[in-house]
Amino acid sequence: MSQTGHTRQAGEIVLSARGLRKDFMGFTAVKDVDLDVRHGNIHALIGPNGAGKTTVFNLLTKFFQPTAGTITLDGQDITNAPPAKVAQMGVVRSFQISATFPYLTVLDNVRVALQRPNGLATQFWRSMSALDVLTPRAEELIDAVGLSDARDRMAADLSYGRKRVLEIATTLALEPKVLLLDEPMAGMGHEDVGAIARLVKTISADRAVLMVEHNLSVVADICDGISVLQHGQVIASGDYASISKDERVREAYMGTDHV
Amino acid sequence: MSRAAIETTAEKPVALRIETILLGLALVGLLAAPFFIYPIFLMKMMCFALFACAFNLLLGYTGLLSFGHAAFFGGAAYFTAHAVKVWGLPPEIGILVGVLGAAVLGLVIGFLAIRRQGIYFAMITLALSQMFFFFCVQAPFTGGEDGIQGVPRGTLLGGLIDLHNEHNMYYFVLVVFLLGVVAIWRIVNSPYGMILRSIRENENRAISLGYSVQNYKLGAFVMSAALAGLAGGLKALVFQFATLTDVTWQMSGEVILMTLLGGIGTLIGPIVGAGIVVTLQNALATSEFPVTIATGLIFMICVLIFRRGIVGEIYAYIDRRKSAGN
Repeated sequence: MSQTGHTRQAGEIVLSARGLRKDFMGFTAVKDVDLDVRHGNIHALIGPNGAGKTTVFNLLTKFFQPTAGTITLDGQDITNAPPAKVAQMGVVRSFQISATFPYLTVLDNVRVALQRPNGLATQFWRSMSALDVLTPRAEELIDAVGLSDARDRMAADLSYGRKRVLEIATTLALEPKVLLLDEPMAGMGHEDVGAIARLVKTISADRAVLMVEHNLSVVADICDGISVLQHGQVIASGDYASISKDERVREAYMGTDHV
Repeated sequence: MSRAAIETTAEKPVALRIETILLGLALVGLLAAPFFIYPIFLMKMMCFALFACAFNLLLGYTGLLSFGHAAFFGGAAYFTAHAVKVWGLPPEIGILVGVLGAAVLGLVIGFLAIRRQGIYFAMITLALSQMFFFFCVQAPFTGGEDGIQGVPRGTLLGGLIDLHNEHNMYYFVLVVFLLGVVAIWRIVNSPYGMILRSIRENENRAISLGYSVQNYKLGAFVMSAALAGLAGGLKALVFQFATLTDVTWQMSGEVILMTLLGGIGTLIGPIVGAGIVVTLQNALATSEFPVTIATGLIFMICVLIFRRGIVGEIYAYIDRRKSAGN
């Protein structure tokens, strides 16, 4: 299903940013950010509140236009592509605030994502049953994240944790090359955190994942690489072991007591 | 799992079932109505009902509040009237000219307005429709303050059906009205309609799923404009004239009132709303009491007490009773 047609090696760079910068009316939110997201890996973006993590997400998915710098996907420059186009090329994001379609059923939430790639989004003259062909695939995705029992419930009626899971199922429907997850475990109980961490790990086997996460034990557990952001700049990157030894990171983010 | 599926699929179409039954009853009533009620009044009602349904396609199902829909309604009335009277085209082609004209107008206005959201979108549609209003005041073909008068209704199907016969005209309007409503129902319940709903519910999420939401919104805008044009063209034939009244901003406001009163995002709400407003206008036309005060009061009551509109409140009541019963 890979849209480029060639098989990727784990570790191959898929999404890459160089010298990324964003100014908001004189305030520099993000500055000189270099980032590589690799196939088969989970890369974590961590840092204190206001460090610019979500801004980086908005830049990579082109919800914001960078003031300077370049973004490439599979070596192709996407710095000036509109957000919908970037999504079509396979860079799909989740949002910090759970992003579902609240008054659609779980099934319809996932089917909406399947409609465009299957060429069933513009037919205004056909009946809704034209979408039935998408149901088996949608059910598969719903099943994969453990939402089968809620298939016909409104997304608005789901618990917070299950909404996030639905969001992941919806995102996976696009077979993304790169998945950007903005705090997928924020506000969740212990059990849910473990389940989502396992789900993200499974997902990352055949795609690249970039996630913003505050839960450091999760980051230590499942992430292959980490970039630490402070005041809009990357102050350290590497694996968890090297990051946790870095003095500046300890001061900026974790506090000197940690680890 | 299957139990849950059955329960919810049985639950979902409650509104739909009621609408089907009511529409069936309404259809029987409409077929018999011209023998009991003044046909022109009924035709006027259907024209406005279709106009409100077309407007609701945009507000109720796409979440876009246009404050300039009179341009499409009144514009199409001029186009149709001109095509039939000056070019001598048959009525069905004349209406088609009106629909196409409204669609093109919708494409232009929509293309410019769609770049902004919320109140800004509404204001741009208002501004552009006001520009169109002044165009209609100035342009020679509209007849200025006089409008286009004495529009012949002509004959359908190359002379088979004479529309100057009041009953023939009535059934023609009924058929077009029903086709229009069915078309809207189809659009709303289509793969495309599903995307429109998702955009209304969470625009950013729709973008992040790769939908170019501007294009989908523009599509809905043009369809809504074309269907409003269908209503306008029809009205020009019914009354045999096209005037400035139908392109004023008050007309844009009236269709909002009709839709709000009946119930946004329901299929029959706008029809009910249009029925009430038109009936009220007719009833008060001969009395001392000014119509605008009556409609203004209704609007206030609607906003304060039943925000979902008449049909919307009825559905909500049924839903509440259902969930209380479970």
